Amino acid sequence: MIADTLRMVRLGLKSLLLHKLRSTLTTAGILFGVASVIAMLAVGEGASAETLKQYRDMGVTNVLLRSKKPEETQQSSSNSMMSILGYGLFYQEADRIQNLLPYATVVRTREFQRGLVHGENWASTMIVGTEVPFLTVTNMQVHEGRWLTELDLQRMSNVCVLGSSLARALFPLESPIGQTVLVGIEDRFEIVGILEYQGRAASPNGTTLDECAFIPLSSSRRRFGDTIRNPSTNRYENIELHEIKVKLGSMEEVEGTAGVLEHMMRPAHASKKDYEITVPLELLRKAEATQRMFNLVLAVIASISLLVGGIGIMNVMLATVTERTREIGIRRALGAKKKHIVQQFLVEAGVLSALGGVAGVGLGVLVPFGIEKWFNQPTSIQPQHVLLAFGISALVGVVFGIYPAWRAANMDPVEALRHE
Amino acid sequence: MVVKAPAAPSAAATETVAPVSTDALPIIAEFVDVHRHYVMGKDNVVRALNGVSMQVKKGDYLAIMGRSGSGKSTMLNILGALDRPTSGEYRVGGRDVSKLDDDDLSDVRGREIGFIFQSFNLIPQLTVLENLEVPLFYQGRVGPESRKKAEYLADRVGLGRRLEHKPMELSGGQQQRVAIARALMNDPLFLLADEATGNLDSNTEKEILDLFDDLRKDAVTIVIVTHNPKVAERADNTLWLRDGKVDRLVDNRLASSAAGDGGHP
Repeated sequence: MIADTLRMVRLGLKSLLLHKLRSTLTTAGILFGVASVIAMLAVGEGASAETLKQYRDMGVTNVLLRSKKPEETQQSSSNSMMSILGYGLFYQEADRIQNLLPYATVVRTREFQRGLVHGENWASTMIVGTEVPFLTVTNMQVHEGRWLTELDLQRMSNVCVLGSSLARALFPLESPIGQTVLVGIEDRFEIVGILEYQGRAASPNGTTLDECAFIPLSSSRRRFGDTIRNPSTNRYENIELHEIKVKLGSMEEVEGTAGVLEHMMRPAHASKKDYEITVPLELLRKAEATQRMFNLVLAVIASISLLVGGIGIMNVMLATVTERTREIGIRRALGAKKKHIVQQFLVEAGVLSALGGVAGVGLGVLVPFGIEKWFNQPTSIQPQHVLLAFGISALVGVVFGIYPAWRAANMDPVEALRHE
Repeated sequence: MVVKAPAAPSAAATETVAPVSTDALPIIAEFVDVHRHYVMGKDNVVRALNGVSMQVKKGDYLAIMGRSGSGKSTMLNILGALDRPTSGEYRVGGRDVSKLDDDDLSDVRGREIGFIFQSFNLIPQLTVLENLEVPLFYQGRVGPESRKKAEYLADRVGLGRRLEHKPMELSGGQQQRVAIARALMNDPLFLLADEATGNLDSNTEKEILDLFDDLRKDAVTIVIVTHNPKVAERADNTLWLRDGKVDRLVDNRLASSAAGDGGHP
């Protein structure tokens, strides 16, 4: 059985080699079809992979509440210099959320921009005042030293943990652990830990986690207060919390909880839209849906080129069948049944498209590398896409080979033998 | 009416053999009142074969002759199981094959009949060996055995060791030898030759006809359809067709080629 199949493939190849140029050109049709399917899907996948990763990094079981500066009205900006703009989330609200969801992990954060100085090195960055569970909720790891502790928060200690990029900027040579940095102009903080490099996209405050310095939330409130000067508008803003992260037990709870929180928060923030709820899971699902749609469109477009390749195969096989009418007659006279003739020509069509498929996979894998190298566009080749493209090409060969093979098999043997 | 065909394979087939009683020899192929009509249009039916009865027995060497339009080609097609009679029976090895479907008919061609064509009809892209293996392939019998058999038969028909050549690299006579070997690969009941020497010069023609005589030593049965009297007279008997009927059967081995009984239905 296998020997017979191999024999058919070998003899099919021989027949295809009768017309090398014709067979090569037909194969090229499939080759480009397969290559374009793989390349297009790889580009599409690469483009969305970053977005999807960003949402996944935000935590699929998290619900994020974030303070947002309300749209300024005419009246409020008129006496801007004098008044302090107050908005955002309150400590009290975080407590209420925790009471409402006793099994959820609620993490409060406060962010403000300050310069950090160590010796001759200086960096202006985001200082994040936060609590102990922040590390697990954001799914980060400590590279060296330790993370903030409950004791640090109780004591309002002047300790800080640096993101990995920040640590390298301030301490290019020595280990930062145990050293101190000057935060702002008068507060010295002892560095107790360095975080693992994350490489994630920038958070809504415009800074990546790798560039932040983390201090106890209580210390932040005590040393720096709730009022900050917005450097761009030169105006004072009063804000208690920038973000409340709520980590839930499972993905199933996310949607319902988000609705409940929305409902709970609405009365206090009804007058001004000064906060927003972000559900990473929802964003992830939306992005995935968009991605699927995008992939589908790409695949359809690319499949059209495979279709064109398939029509090429059909064309060539029809020509082959006509040319080899006599051979068909001979084979029928020597005992070939219709099914044998069908098999023979299907194998030839299959070999044509499979050769194109293999070469197409090769080219389709190379092209994304080129795109990544020269156009700096991220790409991602998924094995299932390669299989899909190859499978479609094999299918195309068989489907478009059926009709010519059927024509060959249904020739009258007497007529076929007489054919010149 | 019944064609009596002597031919126990004699030691020297080229010599004239006296007719012997052959009733005991098995009938290999038999026509019983075979008609083949082609409907060309309303009220226009061509009766290519119009009631032909004949027998071929094991070891026979029969030539079928007739002018064009006599039904020769139609008879060849039915003998070769490429076509079915409109009515009547065609028996191969005792089995009526006139009602078989396409697949079974293919099997009859593959197992019982060895075709030899005027234009050799080798498959050009295949080597000699591969051409020889084609009939066995459709019986699912290609393997080391078939190679041995191909080597043996190539030797038997005087091809020597040219199994890896392509047909185009061989002379016409050699190609026809390959075709003969191919026809013998499946141990058919009989060889069916269609103008087997029509494309060959007279020397080569003689060589091929000598080969046929030689093959009869192995009790090979041969039916040759031809319009060439020189070819026909090498056979034991000649069956003359005329207007779709058997006109007469001539025993070529009798010195005077007197006309035998025409087989009329």
